[in-house]
Amino acid sequence: MESNLNKDGDHASDKDSWGVKNTDVTQELLIEGASCGSCVAKIEGALRAVVGVDTAEMNFAQRTASVTGNVSSEQLIKAVERAGYNAKTRKNESDEDVLEEKEQADLSYYKRLMREMTIALILGVPLMVYSVIGGEMTVTTSTERMAWLIVGLMTLGVMVFSGKHFFIGAWKSLLNHSANMDTLIALGTGTAWFYSMVVVFFPSVVPDMARHVYFEATAMIIGLIDLGLALELKARGKTSAAIKRLIGLQVKTARVIRDGEEIDIGIEQVLLSDLVRIRPGEKIPVDGVVLEGHTAVDESMLTGEPMPVEKTKGDRITGGTINKSGSVVFKATRIGKDTALAQIITMVKRAQNSKPPIGRLADVIAGYFVPVVMIIAVTSALVWLNFGPAPAVAYAMVSATTVLIIACPCALGLATPMSVMVGVGKAAEAGVLIRNGEALQTCSKITAMILDKTGTITVGSPKVTKIHLANATDEDDVLQKAASLEAGSEHPLAQSIVESAKERDLKLESVEKFNAIAGRGVEGMVEGKHLLFGNEKLMREQGVEISRYIDVAQGMAEQAQTPMYFSVNGSLAAIIAVADPIKEDSISAIRRLQKNNIRVIMLTGDNRATAKAVADKVGITEFFAEVLPEDKAKKVAELQMQDEIVGMTGDGINDAPALALANVGFAIGTGTDVAIESADITLMRGSLHGLADAIAVSKATLRNIKQNLFGAFVYNVAGVPFAAGVLYPFFGLLLSPVIAGAAMAFSSLTVVTNANRLRLFKAEEH
Amino acid sequence: MLINILGLLLIALIVWWFWLYKPSDISLSEDSIVVTVENGIYQPSRIKVSAGQPITLTFIRKDASPCAATVIFPDAEISEELPLNKAKVIVLPTMQPGEYSFTCQMQMYRGTLVVD
Repeated sequence: MESNLNKDGDHASDKDSWGVKNTDVTQELLIEGASCGSCVAKIEGALRAVVGVDTAEMNFAQRTASVTGNVSSEQLIKAVERAGYNAKTRKNESDEDVLEEKEQADLSYYKRLMREMTIALILGVPLMVYSVIGGEMTVTTSTERMAWLIVGLMTLGVMVFSGKHFFIGAWKSLLNHSANMDTLIALGTGTAWFYSMVVVFFPSVVPDMARHVYFEATAMIIGLIDLGLALELKARGKTSAAIKRLIGLQVKTARVIRDGEEIDIGIEQVLLSDLVRIRPGEKIPVDGVVLEGHTAVDESMLTGEPMPVEKTKGDRITGGTINKSGSVVFKATRIGKDTALAQIITMVKRAQNSKPPIGRLADVIAGYFVPVVMIIAVTSALVWLNFGPAPAVAYAMVSATTVLIIACPCALGLATPMSVMVGVGKAAEAGVLIRNGEALQTCSKITAMILDKTGTITVGSPKVTKIHLANATDEDDVLQKAASLEAGSEHPLAQSIVESAKERDLKLESVEKFNAIAGRGVEGMVEGKHLLFGNEKLMREQGVEISRYIDVAQGMAEQAQTPMYFSVNGSLAAIIAVADPIKEDSISAIRRLQKNNIRVIMLTGDNRATAKAVADKVGITEFFAEVLPEDKAKKVAELQMQDEIVGMTGDGINDAPALALANVGFAIGTGTDVAIESADITLMRGSLHGLADAIAVSKATLRNIKQNLFGAFVYNVAGVPFAAGVLYPFFGLLLSPVIAGAAMAFSSLTVVTNANRLRLFKAEEH
Repeated sequence: MLINILGLLLIALIVWWFWLYKPSDISLSEDSIVVTVENGIYQPSRIKVSAGQPITLTFIRKDASPCAATVIFPDAEISEELPLNKAKVIVLPTMQPGEYSFTCQMQMYRGTLVVD
């Protein structure tokens, strides 16, 4: 148990990290047959002797051993058995178990509240009806005294059965010098009951006119508040729907291949580098790299991207996504708490519980609220006693009780966290991971958005975009020869040629006399022909006639493509253009940002011509080319000097300083871990639509928080004076304590319900 | 008249009891601070620890109320769910001397961490 707890605890102080890979797994074993302290050393020794075990520690009191290392539990169990004891694995608690337990606890609490509410209302409602239809609520005759005494004792029963938790809570926190909602309810209902009992026992103490009993108020208030709590509990459950959905994505078993055999094992027993087989329609259990097979994977649950993604050898796949068509074998690279899904869950959970600055004032107020309300209640009682009409005692009592009851700051305290919970969950559903409440709030205020070009606006890997034939006649023939020549080159542009040839299923030939000419290109012999591939300079120096095609090449350059000349036996065969293509939806995503009146700026380390071509294509007018990595952060600072709230979007390590400096940093989830760690918000799918989605969700959440705060403030700020009787001198209006009880019961319910409304929010269709 | 004096005394008592009174610090051995969440309060609610080292707190929630379900250390940006009737270890980073509050989501449960 202990090590388990520590692991959880460590997590609390960890920075969310995707990059940190903990290769060691901690396993818990239950040891049987260990009867003395000396067994401990023996068992520990046996465990440590197993290859792959880093540490093994046994807790004799709990008869458990915790082992770290990359080993299977079967090996450990065997080792313990060889030492003469028995061992069993102990399952680590999964998120799902924790969630289920929480739901169970909530459900039983809900049932208890409903039971308590029913009992309280069975007494409260008839009494209330009796008083409303004009029943005699005063104590004059001795029969009435007797009758009301019985009712008073029944009310006491209700207070004990249905309201016990308020009174115990109030007493404990009073001793602790703190005050909370229990304090207010206990004081309010207690005062009403106590006053009524005084009227019953010692009517002579109270003026004739004030001999009124308020047992119905006590019973009704307790019943209504229990009902409010129960309904709020139900509604709260819904706010964590997004987390529940994410946790539900986790798989319980995996089919691994060990020693050539396929076996189904529990997900917690999957080890790093295990080979895992996935059949069509199955959920992928852990993160890994595909070793064989070809398939399409539905990643929409994590990225919000509806189109299935093609996966083949060497591609990374993520746990929790669904394998659609093919069967693949992959190597597990991240397991347990390190999988992307587990990290997302942790991150979303934490973000859901953090607060944006807008909520902090409400917190401070909520913290001081209860004692202030108690003072207001005493003050209002004093004012009624001194200046109120007869019966002053009764009025004083009613107003003090009503003030205490109506003033629970629950709604104030809940206003922010409930909306954040739903908003962050909503964003996660759209593939936008928001790290904390502050980012959520700032995101709605962004006035300028800086976009990195490569990998953010564009796909990030160059591709052959055009083959312009000169003296050659067949594109495939050109590409096949060029790729055969470039296969030996390490230049990034060469890679794109080879990739393109592979995509067209062209077979590469071997190269002879390969020679790379620095700053020019490459040459070599393929199938007995002399090939040259490179820039204009190379062609001129080698005497290849290209003058007729200079214009073509220039036209390509103006469209952000890099032209490369390819000649066969001294005659120009073709010009091949390579470019980093713009992501399909970058244009529409950028337009969405601009529609939101956000100044969109592009930064790139590329040359001016390419930058301008890309900027023109996507509709960005403001761009900076040939920017060094350290200058990206400077650009952010410059914009901040111009009073812009700056969002920065990037994917590379070189973007990290700028991401960290920006008011809100957005990392492309397909990018590097460093970028993701430096950013406040991660876009799980590569699309820039995530930016506009994030801003839309954040605006909707902020609006929701403001509605909640407004509602809560109005309720308390207007409710308390009304209850104290401020309106009485002018309109003769005084709030009944029962109405106050109902209002308080439903104030927090309103807040939770309004927050749930956010679940219906849809980011603009695109 | 008497009632007014009593009322004012009551107000003074409220101010003193809830705001001015400082409960004594409870300092336990560094590695075993257990905070029980029960009946609307954290017990102990004022915890003294030494600066310059990470702080480990074990929370046990016995309070079924959903208000008690989350504990927040705003200064350390930590917010953790507390399972019912189970120990939950929270490791706080090294902190500068000072007083830090920890609360539930709604600020009704309140405690103070005194680092010196």
